[in-house]
Amino acid sequence: MAKPASSIAKRADAIWNWVDSRLPVSAFWNATMTGYQAPKNFNFWYYLGSLALFVLVIQILSGIFLTMHYKPSAELAFASVEYIMRDVEWGWFIRYLHSTGASFFFIVVYLHMFRSLLYGSHRAPRELVWIFGMLIYLALMAEAFMGYVLPWGQMSYWGAQVIINLFGAIPTIGEPLTEWIRGDFFISDATLNRFFALHVIALPLAIFGLVLMHLVALRENGSNNPDGIEIKANKDENGIPVDGVPFHPYYTVKDIFGVAMFLLLFAFVLFFWPEAGGLFLEHDNFIPANPMVTPEHIKPVWYFTPYYAILKAVPDKLLGVILMGLSVMILFFLPWLDRSPVKSIRYKGLWYKIMLGVFAVAFIRLGMLGMAEGTPAQTIEMRVWTFVYFAFFILLYFLSPGGKTKPLPERLTH
Amino acid sequence: MNTKPLSAIFGLVLLLAVSASTFAAGGGPLEHANINIRDTAATQRGARLFVNYCLSCHSANYMRYSRLAEDLDMDEELIMDNLVFSDAKIGETMDIAMQPEDAEAWFGKVPPNLSVIARSRGTDWLYTYMLNFYQDDTGGWNNTVLANASMPHVLWQLQGIQKPVYATRDGHEVIDHLAIVEAGLQSPEEYEDTVRDLVTFLKYLSEPAEVKRKNVGIWVLLFLSLFALIAYALKVEYWRDVH
Repeated sequence: MAKPASSIAKRADAIWNWVDSRLPVSAFWNATMTGYQAPKNFNFWYYLGSLALFVLVIQILSGIFLTMHYKPSAELAFASVEYIMRDVEWGWFIRYLHSTGASFFFIVVYLHMFRSLLYGSHRAPRELVWIFGMLIYLALMAEAFMGYVLPWGQMSYWGAQVIINLFGAIPTIGEPLTEWIRGDFFISDATLNRFFALHVIALPLAIFGLVLMHLVALRENGSNNPDGIEIKANKDENGIPVDGVPFHPYYTVKDIFGVAMFLLLFAFVLFFWPEAGGLFLEHDNFIPANPMVTPEHIKPVWYFTPYYAILKAVPDKLLGVILMGLSVMILFFLPWLDRSPVKSIRYKGLWYKIMLGVFAVAFIRLGMLGMAEGTPAQTIEMRVWTFVYFAFFILLYFLSPGGKTKPLPERLTH
Repeated sequence: MNTKPLSAIFGLVLLLAVSASTFAAGGGPLEHANINIRDTAATQRGARLFVNYCLSCHSANYMRYSRLAEDLDMDEELIMDNLVFSDAKIGETMDIAMQPEDAEAWFGKVPPNLSVIARSRGTDWLYTYMLNFYQDDTGGWNNTVLANASMPHVLWQLQGIQKPVYATRDGHEVIDHLAIVEAGLQSPEEYEDTVRDLVTFLKYLSEPAEVKRKNVGIWVLLFLSLFALIAYALKVEYWRDVH
């Protein structure tokens, strides 16, 4: 016989209290969700953080199912991916989830980073949020690079060949270093196997830990907002920011809507355009890896091409590698390069709007040129945009302290 | 709100992104295959051509015969009678008896596995390739799409024999077009349809789940639209007391 509902509720309550007095569940929920005050004026750009977390979950879940069927061996890898696409129930769906997810991860992360440039989210006191974010970005690049090797197609093989050989440009230790990375004298089964290990265990663990630190550091000072002013400066008699709303339920319901819109776009690509015209899944990667045949045109996947263009822009290999490394590393210093008294683009003068616009164009154009065949005219253009890319950071350092600004508002605007 | 300069920036970014088309790949112009992957009859005819003309040299061993039965509205007996010429069983893959070492000795190069050829080459390339075999001055087969291809023209009895007609451009003698010098069993139009059927099958072969993927996709998008609508209504309801 069923017990009366009230009795079941009482029992559930008792169990809940038992757990909560031993594990700080409600305290944690309160501190990070219901009791956490977020600025009430978040716009489109503030969906991207939760979306990045959402894509990470997609990648981990789809990745788990892929590893159940994938064979990390030079003999079997390519065929096992086709086996997943044909013989595994819904295998094509799992594989496209993962391949589409990889590209969308970078789309979301690039937009998320751009948001920081718009509103100065990396500025004090949130420098560590940015640093952890950059570390996630680095780990994500390594994760994506090694994941791309796994299908063992021609671009997997030759892309890896080109990227690993970059380490060979380092004087003295270069050559031994590349052998150490490959575990062989050339890209081989040994390389594939270790990349598999790093891709499915080491790097996801690192990313998970870094995401945690990113969020802990974020919750410590709270989110920035499109106005770039601190909501904590304006509190009511209860000590609650007047321009804040509890993260839950306000931003959780908002982010659910964000996830829905994201999924619409994501599903459209997954079900109707999974190759994205050769951008997400390259045509040459449907040819099994062949160490004897070099493809005519080797290029990395789209999310690496801006840096690849910077590498190609420099005639000297070592100098190119250094400049490419610098182009990523310089982002770490962004919190200290921007010395403007205001954070948000809304209160910076036209100088910053133009600079950021040109920088965005430079990054996209470099990405496009990085995919191109590399005619002499394109090489010259790559050099121009490489110069523009670095000029942004240098100009930012020198122009930001004296650059024109508008007066900051007392309260958040809409 | 300072949205104007921002939208101007994004307008500019978009404009540049659109100009990406300037990087379209080079090479000779390809003819459009104009295939319809939902045309099951064409895929069936293509499958027949494939096992008759291709599957002796080219393997397609990522694909199982039983999958053909599932996807092409054919029962297993029909498949065994019409499409399986080896001693393969219905659950086995479309493999060939020829050993790679022999193939290398005979053709100079192992004929590629055709399982995913439509994904690496593209259907337009395959279509144009199969239309542009010709007999060159040495009497051997050549191809305008892939010069000095090691593959002979296996469908020549259907198409007939083409020879190049030369023209002089910028001081160089180049092939202007191909002309049929010996008629085949099919008219040029019939042959184009034949190749189209074959390419339709190759496209299917490269991703057997494509039709299902698109069918499922429509329902997923419909569901997500509804979900987004409800999520939006929920968000508006919650935020009513903030604004």
